[in-house]
Amino acid sequence: MALAAFSTATPPQQDQEPAQRRRSGIALVLLLPGVLYLVLFFLTPLVSLIITSFQAPVLDGDIGQYQAAFRWENYTEAIGEYWPQIIRSFVYAIIATAAALLISYPLAYFIGVKVRKYPLLQNLLMTLVIAPFFISFLLRTLAWKQLLSDDSWFTSSLKAISILPPDAHVTGTAFSVIFGLTYNFIPFMTLPLYSTLERLDVRYLEAGNDLYANAFTTFRKITLPLSLPGIVSGTLLTFIPAAGDYINASQDFLGGADTSMIGNVIESNFLVLQNYPTAAAMSVVLMAVILVIVGLYVRRSGTEDLL
Amino acid sequence: MKRFRFKGLGLGVYAFLALAFLLIPIVYTFVYSFNDSLKNNIAWRGFTLHNWTNVCDAAGICDAFAASIVIGLISTVIATVLGTMIAIALMRYRFRFRSQTSLLLFLPMASPEVVLGAGLAAQFLSLSVNKGFGTIIIAHVMFCISFVVVTVKARVASLDPALEEAGRDLYGSPVAVFWRITFPLLLPGILSAALLSFSLSFDDFIITNFNAGAVTTFPMYIYIAASRGIPAQANVIASAVFIITILVVLIAQIAASSRAKRLARLS
Repeated sequence: MALAAFSTATPPQQDQEPAQRRRSGIALVLLLPGVLYLVLFFLTPLVSLIITSFQAPVLDGDIGQYQAAFRWENYTEAIGEYWPQIIRSFVYAIIATAAALLISYPLAYFIGVKVRKYPLLQNLLMTLVIAPFFISFLLRTLAWKQLLSDDSWFTSSLKAISILPPDAHVTGTAFSVIFGLTYNFIPFMTLPLYSTLERLDVRYLEAGNDLYANAFTTFRKITLPLSLPGIVSGTLLTFIPAAGDYINASQDFLGGADTSMIGNVIESNFLVLQNYPTAAAMSVVLMAVILVIVGLYVRRSGTEDLL
Repeated sequence: MKRFRFKGLGLGVYAFLALAFLLIPIVYTFVYSFNDSLKNNIAWRGFTLHNWTNVCDAAGICDAFAASIVIGLISTVIATVLGTMIAIALMRYRFRFRSQTSLLLFLPMASPEVVLGAGLAAQFLSLSVNKGFGTIIIAHVMFCISFVVVTVKARVASLDPALEEAGRDLYGSPVAVFWRITFPLLLPGILSAALLSFSLSFDDFIITNFNAGAVTTFPMYIYIAASRGIPAQANVIASAVFIITILVVLIAQIAASSRAKRLARLS
């Protein structure tokens, strides 16, 4: 089902090519339209972004008028002005990713290993995991805003049982932004974890048990290493959208005056202030950091086949 | 043994709580679609069916919904065709630049949406393209293609090549083998890719916001309304879309599982 799209672990490819090698003309016809599309509307825009990030304002021009230039200062000025947002984005995204992993791993383990005997139930539970995808992302986030607002039944009952101090505000804080990021990207974490844990051979766990390993050692030495590919793709799939998100941190949603992230900076500079070079420079910075993290992460964990 | 059972139970309770956590905002959205609210759907003011029977009462909401449906359908068709072709090529043929193609398909999924949106907007700006329906569809097709490829590829990988060989042995032309054997077998994968594309397109806000111009899609309607209060009709539309999608998914799963049972009995 739709699940397959998110499980980045691909089944092993068999090399059964012989007679088909000479038919590479067909392959070209099949590939060309889609590849050309991505070159035109994915790669070229990235180049446009880099060009825009060096543009200089037109002398005596209107707001939003820029000309081709090689203005390095766009970067130093943008980083100088927005370094708190840059750091905040990555801190929020790292915490949200860790929280999503802690919540998702036992859930994925339960559905992938414990419920394995009942395939239909397994599918139904996974449908519940992806159910949030089928309702508007913005409305889900607004629902949490209402649920976490000062006088909601949710917040008041947390206050009643002293989990929260009586004068606490939840919305508009770093906590609520990270909470929203965690909530919104849990399915992205659970799906790849599930797809590796579902294939985990339980006989390895029994072997660990037979060799007198306790539950913790069995988990650390067997389950965890075997599910590493799922952990790698899950953390990437959660971290990347979380670092670039600007809905949760927006003041109309779960954020406050001092929770804005890189996404908010790019959005307001591009769409409100028409300060395109700054927005483009920040996008390039975000993309570069993410590409470096993705590269390091994948190399360290040794999972080269992501698609 | 006893300890093992207890551990299993603890994990079950944990999974139940985690799922409940995931479903809370969905239940909230559904319940508040019945709220007899004024302009702002925040405080509970009593149960009514009025929002469900008068969905278009909220100004502009039905236009936004229609725009999202049209954009979703067109983007889905284009992305599904392009993505399916790539998936078949990747699984069935060896060619040069194969790994570069895989990277090109992976990168859009590994890029933050805000970068994809700002990049396309910068390109449209430098080419002085007027933003509107066309630019939204261009953007949606772009981010859907990779997801279609991954979904269909998983299906191509599970195909038994012997079936196609049998078709060729029986003197089927390559075209006949494709349309009478390969395509029907791929169809479930193609359909789930299409469903996924439509959900992605229908719910996209971040990329659309950069490339919409004067067009208002359903998520953009909610974003604009968020500062002054969301009408309950937005909850009605979101809940209705949710119920329809989840029914489609459940029916497909039950059909697939009963088919699997039938096949298991045959063999």
